[in-house]
Amino acid sequence: MANGVETIQRATEPVPRRPHSDSGWADRLFRSTLRGGGFLVLLVMSLVGGFLAYRAWEALSEAGTSFLTTETWEPDVGEFGIAAVITGTAMIAAVAIAIAVPLALGTALYISEYAPPRLRRTLVSLVDLMAAVPSVVYGLWGLFFLQGEIVGLARWISTYFGWFPPFDVTGADPRDPLATATVYTASTFIAGLVVALMVAPIICSIMREVFSQTPVGEREGALALGATRWGVISSVVLPFGRGGMIGGTMLGLGRALGETIGVYMIISPVFDIQWHVLQTGGNSVSALIALRYGEATSFGMSALMAAGLALFVVTLIVNFAASSIVARSRSGAESDS
Amino acid sequence: MGTITEHRTPAGHVAPTPRPPEERRRLGTLRATDVYAAVGAALAALSITFLLFTRFTGFTGGLGFAATAYALFLGLYTLLVSLEEDGPAVRDRVASVIVHSLAALTLAALVFVVLYTLLEGREALGNLNFFTEDLVAAGPLDPITVGGIRHAVVGTLVEITIALLITVPTGLVCAVFLNEVPGRLARFVRTIVEAMTALPSIVAGLFVYATAILALGLEKSALAAGLALSVMMLPIIIRSADVVLRLVPGTLREAAYATGAPRWRTVWHVVLPTARSGLTTAVILGTARGIGETSPVLLTAGYATDTNTDPLHGAMTSLPLAAFQLVRSPEPAYIARGFGAAAVLMALVLLLFVLARIIGGRGPGQLSRRQEHRRVAGSARDLRRIESRRAGPTNGPGAPGKPARSHP
Repeated sequence: MANGVETIQRATEPVPRRPHSDSGWADRLFRSTLRGGGFLVLLVMSLVGGFLAYRAWEALSEAGTSFLTTETWEPDVGEFGIAAVITGTAMIAAVAIAIAVPLALGTALYISEYAPPRLRRTLVSLVDLMAAVPSVVYGLWGLFFLQGEIVGLARWISTYFGWFPPFDVTGADPRDPLATATVYTASTFIAGLVVALMVAPIICSIMREVFSQTPVGEREGALALGATRWGVISSVVLPFGRGGMIGGTMLGLGRALGETIGVYMIISPVFDIQWHVLQTGGNSVSALIALRYGEATSFGMSALMAAGLALFVVTLIVNFAASSIVARSRSGAESDS
Repeated sequence: MGTITEHRTPAGHVAPTPRPPEERRRLGTLRATDVYAAVGAALAALSITFLLFTRFTGFTGGLGFAATAYALFLGLYTLLVSLEEDGPAVRDRVASVIVHSLAALTLAALVFVVLYTLLEGREALGNLNFFTEDLVAAGPLDPITVGGIRHAVVGTLVEITIALLITVPTGLVCAVFLNEVPGRLARFVRTIVEAMTALPSIVAGLFVYATAILALGLEKSALAAGLALSVMMLPIIIRSADVVLRLVPGTLREAAYATGAPRWRTVWHVVLPTARSGLTTAVILGTARGIGETSPVLLTAGYATDTNTDPLHGAMTSLPLAAFQLVRSPEPAYIARGFGAAAVLMALVLLLFVLARIIGGRGPGQLSRRQEHRRVAGSARDLRRIESRRAGPTNGPGAPGKPARSHP
């Protein structure tokens, strides 16, 4: 630690000493081992990134800018692009975040502000545990339980709010009582719901962490000025935790963008831009990779690499933005979320 | 809010007095009228919804019933409260109701997801053969009493062991590097590690599939799956270990340096033991993440129904992959087995999580009573040894020294 060194130096002020410049061969060996470990990790990580970029380049240079605008995925005939899948990914993530954030915010506020102290620790553990539940469990639940139950809601939304384009479902006739419900299944909406439940605990635990760091003095200041409990929340806790809220949401977004299995199990893949959230069919980059890796030729593989790289770049930007927002906010100064 | 944050006057204006550690005050006061308002609104909302659904309109459906009842409840509750209270208090009550219901909804949904899996899996879990057999002998139409997921349990253990053998040494060395050899390189490595936590797990799988399997000619095997899991888990473990190591009090390190200990001794005897519980937690939670990950394994491990213990050859199935593949079958017995596999996986994750809580419940440097006892006994022993040595050859300068306590 630089701190330790400085303190020692200051303590022996008259003759400045550098205690660690050379303290024996064992120490030198130790430090070079550590440095080697660091280099190894660096090597592995840059190998992953570099290899992805290298293999993706083949496909990218072939496709050029049409990679961003083509919707179909037929790399072997030269017709491929991520327009459909990246839009699908973004839409699933948007649905997930729109649902997860209010739920997570409410839960985080409840745990940090309303729950009795004895219950608080249990709830914190519960939420942390839920963040560790494997995604295949959420996927199973979505496929076998949620899908059947939610069709009614999807139909209701599309019937009464179908004038809003994303909620429109083509081919559905609400007046026909015998109409099949399959136009509402395997949709972006249902996949988004499943992903929402997956990311809600992650978002919640970051928000709770930040809320619980609100200075007690400021809370009590607000209370002393006559604020109600909601007054304290809205004038102290939420402004203090704003950075953490945004950062937590973005970290959740990063997870939602990269989620594979939950989406792959639910969605029925289409290679068009599917704006109708409630309608069957959708896609995501990770589902595309899971679907097509097995049959891919060498060029198909590098096209998939390009898609994976595009997804990685997006999640990378989201994550870095999140951590810089968290770190710059007042509340994030001491938390490592 | 500006008005409130300005309370923090710069030091110097007001003489700062030493304050005891701040503790939050309980704000719980529940009056009888609050309860009446809530219960009354709930009853009225239920009744009106019931009337709406059975008498007045043609509404149907459980979800619709709940939503209508909730909306009515909110409206009625606001009305009842506003009869007695003024603006801010009404807002407070309504906000409280909304926060409570959001939390209840979220927690109930999350708990239900887990319970649903366990419930659906109980049919498979009730049979002993589910744990002792694999699926080789089970034909598509065989009942649940034939075949099990032994192969997947074995596969999970083999794959996660490989991943841990790779990630734990590398991850811990790298985390110690980040903390003990600060500098430009460490900062750079930290940034890269942070970037890699954003790597979607399927891309990690794709990377190993393209390098180890397609380019290097490795079979789809446990080794490839372990590699894919390692690529995914390494940044997670490094990051959380880094955070834990950063929490080791600087005073402990300084004390070690002050005794003249070289760096490696300081790390080995002070930093790592102090952070031991936190590091264990970091590794366990990383394991829990890795064990449940399906997508890297999907690309690299292949799918098999026989028990395979050879990590180098042949496909090997892990629990999440088994759950994922089994439920794609139309046969109810296979779906039940899939849920059973997911339930076993859940139980494993739960076990790891509880383990992490037990080990890592404390911050670094905080000891359990037994650990503290051991430390005190150890330092007393050291003291006796030192004093006996001192008493032996020469009689040193007379200060006997107090019994040293290791640390608070």
